[in-house]
Amino acid sequence: MSAATRTARSRPTRVGPSRVLAHAVLIAAAVYTLFPLVWLFTAVTKTTGDLYTTGMFEWNGFRLFDNLGALFSESNGIYLHWYLNSVLYAGFGALIGAFLSVCAGYAFEKYSFAGKERLFGVVLLGVLIPTSALALPLYLLASATGVVNTFWAVLIPSICNPFGVYLARIFARGYIPDEVLEAARVDGAGELTTFFGISWRLMLPGFATIFLFQFIGIWNNFFLPLVMLSNQDLFPVSLGLYNWNSQVALEPQFYTLVMVGAFVAIVPLIIVFILTQRFWRAGLTAGSLK
Amino acid sequence: MRRKNRLRLGEGRAAAILIVPFGILFVVGILLPLGYGLTMSFFTEKRSGLGVGTPETIFVWFANYAKVLSDPVFLQSFGTLLLYCAIYIPIIILVPLALALFVDGAYKWARKTIPLLVFIPHAVPGLVAAIIWAYLYTPAISPVLKALGDAGDILSPFTNSSVLVPSLVNIAAWEWIGYNLIIYFTALQALDQSTLEAARVDGAGQVRIAWSVKIPQVTSTTFVVALFAVIGALQLFTEPTLLRSNDPTISSTLTPAMYAYLVTFTRNDYGAGVAASILIAVLAAVISYSLNAFGRKKGFA
Repeated sequence: MSAATRTARSRPTRVGPSRVLAHAVLIAAAVYTLFPLVWLFTAVTKTTGDLYTTGMFEWNGFRLFDNLGALFSESNGIYLHWYLNSVLYAGFGALIGAFLSVCAGYAFEKYSFAGKERLFGVVLLGVLIPTSALALPLYLLASATGVVNTFWAVLIPSICNPFGVYLARIFARGYIPDEVLEAARVDGAGELTTFFGISWRLMLPGFATIFLFQFIGIWNNFFLPLVMLSNQDLFPVSLGLYNWNSQVALEPQFYTLVMVGAFVAIVPLIIVFILTQRFWRAGLTAGSLK
Repeated sequence: MRRKNRLRLGEGRAAAILIVPFGILFVVGILLPLGYGLTMSFFTEKRSGLGVGTPETIFVWFANYAKVLSDPVFLQSFGTLLLYCAIYIPIIILVPLALALFVDGAYKWARKTIPLLVFIPHAVPGLVAAIIWAYLYTPAISPVLKALGDAGDILSPFTNSSVLVPSLVNIAAWEWIGYNLIIYFTALQALDQSTLEAARVDGAGQVRIAWSVKIPQVTSTTFVVALFAVIGALQLFTEPTLLRSNDPTISSTLTPAMYAYLVTFTRNDYGAGVAASILIAVLAAVISYSLNAFGRKKGFA
């Protein structure tokens, strides 16, 4: 967003002790950040026994593929089942949620109608309600209506994304000049034709940003599936790993299963995350605007 | 052409068509559970003396709130949260701010790679982050604690309960430092370059410029960061719950959200559980409102 200001700046080229110190601190921060991940990546290549007896960079043979085999065959391949569930919850939830957020955010920004700002205030209120405080009431409501312990009990509350509407409104302000809409109106195009024909395409980067934020949000959610689901076949990865982890005290081989499961769960996320940096920055910049 | 004409609606109707689908979800996902929870918080289920037969639902006014607020365990969970915030909030503001200032004045390679690297943990689900750190806190398998020997036992929340709260802070900090670093870094890059240049020409050093020019100008960012940090802290549940699954001696009511969960699912006291949840939500609302009001009064937010 600030590409123009970034290129225009000049940097002092002096190399002083303070500059060396600053870089040392930055490298230390990066080491702190990466160390747990590097450790996880080494741990998944070892047997459970070697985990106790070998140092971080000591190997008695490379066991990653044996461990992966054990992960996917445990309890008739339930891990893959959990993984697909996570993909479905996060994928569908974020796809529908981001689409509806863009529609609503666009309408809030570009149309004028009675009570608009008051309605938007209600949406903002939704942003500030802690999701974990909502989970118990959602559970009671789901129990009363009989949807508890179903796919929908997790999916439907996940779709609703008031923060997405807030972001979409800011993106609509930044990406779509009012002149474009005026020109379309003069040409006689209806509002919805303009939205789906012209504006939607201009909103695509915003859609991608909201989709990514929501996808990670749903994938990371633990409290909602925990209260809603008791059927293991409906668990997302997080809940499944939590269940396995509860057994490590009795059966230490679960240490390895949990770590390999965690490894398989985060590697694709990290890769996608790095590839989509620019959308994250766009979202963070817009999200912290006042 | 005829089709186009049919779609030609007024702004109001177009807005309705675009907003209503989201609105329905907002009602179903937020307003309805909130209203239902609020209603439930005024009722309690009473069973007959032997605890058998259909329970009777009775209206009890604010009795559930009174019960929760007079429960020392609930109040203690807020004490823990307060301690957590006292450590977490300064760290999650100052460390990213300091790093962002360093990045802002660093070489190009550092400006490109460091924010990206430090941001990576944000892609790691909270539960998985808690798992990784829980294992790094386990003396028998952690490479760091193994290397430290006896000193390692002092640093592990599983062998020394007094470092439990700092251990939780560390997990949250690991997940959020990069996120806040990027927010601060973006804010710093948007600053007016001529002011910085003027300070430089006046002979101000890097530290002086950071302290007197850059930091005061990103105060509104600090408010946003603090707001998100407090709201996040109030919800603290995943990380302590995961640590508890490795060490059952950790309290099942360590944080307010854990208390609400326990009351609902272990004691089956729905009214009190929802009352606790609503109190957490109200506290979040009050804090964000007052932070906003304070910021506005000072002209920051």
